[in-house]
Amino acid sequence: DTSLAEVNSLSPSMPISPSSMINQYKFEDEPQLRDLFITVDDPESHITAIETFITYRVVTKTSRGEFDSSEYEVRRRYQDFLWLKSKLEEAHPTLIIPPLPEKFIMKGMVERFSDEFIETRRKALHKFLNRIADHPTLTFNDDFKIFLTAQAWELSSHKKQGPGLLSRMGQTVRAVASSVRGGVKNRPEMFTEMNNYMETFSQKIIVLDKIAHRIYKEEREYFNEMKEYGPIHTLWSASEEDIADSLKGVASCIDKCCRATEKRMAGLSEHLLPILHEYVLYSEILMGVLKRRDQIQSEFESKVDILANKKTEKDPFAEEIGKLEDKVECANNALKVDWDRWKQNMKCDMRSMFTNMAESNLRYYEECLATWESFLASQTVDPHVEEDSEDRP
Amino acid sequence: MEDCLIKKMEITVSEAEKRTGRNAMNMQETYTAYLIETRAVESQGEGQCAPVDSLWRRYSEFELLRNYLTVTYPHIVVPPLPEKRADFVWHKLSADNMDPDFVERRRIGLENFLLRVASHPVLCLDKMFYSFLTQEGGWKEMVNETGFQLKADSRLKALNATFRVKNPDKRFTELKHYSDELQSVISHLLRVRARVADRLYGVYKVHGNYGRVFSEWSAIEKEMGDGLQSAGHHMDVYAASIDDILEEEEHYADQLKEYLFYAEALRAVCRKHELMQYELEMAAQDLTSKKQQCEELATGTVRTFSLKGMTSKLFGQETPEQREAKIRILEEQIQEGEQQLKSKNLEGRDFVKSAWADIERFKEQKNHDLKEALISYAVMQISMCKKGIQVWTNAKECFSKM
Repeated sequence: DTSLAEVNSLSPSMPISPSSMINQYKFEDEPQLRDLFITVDDPESHITAIETFITYRVVTKTSRGEFDSSEYEVRRRYQDFLWLKSKLEEAHPTLIIPPLPEKFIMKGMVERFSDEFIETRRKALHKFLNRIADHPTLTFNDDFKIFLTAQAWELSSHKKQGPGLLSRMGQTVRAVASSVRGGVKNRPEMFTEMNNYMETFSQKIIVLDKIAHRIYKEEREYFNEMKEYGPIHTLWSASEEDIADSLKGVASCIDKCCRATEKRMAGLSEHLLPILHEYVLYSEILMGVLKRRDQIQSEFESKVDILANKKTEKDPFAEEIGKLEDKVECANNALKVDWDRWKQNMKCDMRSMFTNMAESNLRYYEECLATWESFLASQTVDPHVEEDSEDRP
Repeated sequence: MEDCLIKKMEITVSEAEKRTGRNAMNMQETYTAYLIETRAVESQGEGQCAPVDSLWRRYSEFELLRNYLTVTYPHIVVPPLPEKRADFVWHKLSADNMDPDFVERRRIGLENFLLRVASHPVLCLDKMFYSFLTQEGGWKEMVNETGFQLKADSRLKALNATFRVKNPDKRFTELKHYSDELQSVISHLLRVRARVADRLYGVYKVHGNYGRVFSEWSAIEKEMGDGLQSAGHHMDVYAASIDDILEEEEHYADQLKEYLFYAEALRAVCRKHELMQYELEMAAQDLTSKKQQCEELATGTVRTFSLKGMTSKLFGQETPEQREAKIRILEEQIQEGEQQLKSKNLEGRDFVKSAWADIERFKEQKNHDLKEALISYAVMQISMCKKGIQVWTNAKECFSKM
């Protein structure tokens, strides 16, 4: 403990325990080099005359030099996250910005401020910030730093500065202009492949998401019926003498399997469903990123066309075209690198997600097996009876 | 058990066949006929196999046999027939009587019925039962000629007795409660089991969708492709495994159903006791009132109000000769009544004794069978869990190689 105090002379209030933090987060890249730890928790309701909204506590712990302090605690609402996301997209149009949870849930099962909804959103927001923190480029973004560190009024005033609305409009204008032009002409093969990949991936991930939800629903219905099934055996045992123990035994086994089913369902909803959903959102994001790259290239191409048509006065354009050419090259490189990174992470995420799912099912069956085997052992003490049960087909 | 038919004869219901024929109203109907095969059991001789006799019977003939047995042996808990129509079905099972799975399960149920009767110490000796197994033609007529339908107690009579009996044997009253509870709890259990089966089916089958999607997804993945593809295969195996699992469970459900129907047989014996007890009470009451009348006439005192007494007061007394005649008739009736009461009493006691002996035999059989059924259920669950562990272990390995 004394060693910790030495390292963190600036912040004696909260002891940092790296091992506890390592357990909290899933690492994407090199865990040993992590120097930024973020948590999102403690949702609180705020009621004003105009509206009701939720804020979340965002706690940041860091050893980075560019941060004035090693620890920050701020409160942020969903709007603030939206702002951050749009600033990041603006600054890095061809980087893959992680998805935010949706504004509304269309399914209608969950109320806007229900505990379930808030918790799901909180986890997704936590994921969002951590994915940014793990991203080699985005982690050093200024707006990100301000988001993590500024007090509420500081953030408001910062938000008001800068291009903001106008730049968003500009993006839309560029997009329309690009489609009017007929889109990009000489898209590099690599990006066409990415596009094709994303189209199929998108379809598949949406179907997977649906399947997973369907399984959850079926498991819940199964659980509901099982809840009633066990107690009937107990009820029956009340009118029996000789077989009362066997009946009670079966009742207890069914109840235990019922609880095991509940655990399996919890596993689905905690691990499988959120990740699949995140990747459904990711596929939309990736399609968007590919479009933006195309737009950048088509802007460049159109300027080249204009230049080609103008026989004179090439010089002023040359510089502009040079800049656009660089822009295209940067965008392409940035996307290429980020794409490879995203694919690697996706593979890891999918692998661990499905492995988790398999393990959850394994645990379920192992628990049920143990329950029934112990019941069977208690029943077949009589060797004569044991013979009979072996003869059964 | 030495004399039981089952020791001397192998009985199977080996086949079922769809038949068409004309019914009593000369309309064409389709029905299923079941092949009953019997063979004498050889006590010695290794290679010697007695020839197999066989005949075809349809469900209605089984019903006729059972009705005959319940009327002829009212003190016996007569084994029940498998259900006439498919009940407690979950969605995948057909409720259609012609459905091959239903027919198959009924075939097994009918065989079980015959084996139960053949192993019953009293029922196995019955001649009609033996002819049912061995005499193809004319059996129906022979059974009807016994006139057993006339001996059957009307439902109304039985219901009346149930409400009005004053002192039934407590054991039968308790047994009736028990059979009500048994029937209620087993029906409830079977209903919920069917719903559980339905839901379980859903869980397994939806996993089959993973197989297809994984396969399609693996086409665009270089590194993950193989892992996904092979995991998908295991998901298909998982989804398919539920069919066999649930089919086996149907046999368990059938075992419970047999005892659901046995509850009715138990109640029938209780009802018979109540009827006999009621008739005994009525006969005793009748005797008492006749004795009383006789006494009144003899002593000339009217102890209780009676309309006859009133009318005779209003319309004048009868002559001494008339009174004498009446007394003599009553005395004859009283004598008859006392004889009847004695024999009814004896009948009643015999019935209680032999019924209770069979009930004890039944209880032992029930406890043994139900315990075995519960054990077989556990064995099925264990098998299902082991299959699940196998599949998910394989799937996990495929996923970890992604």
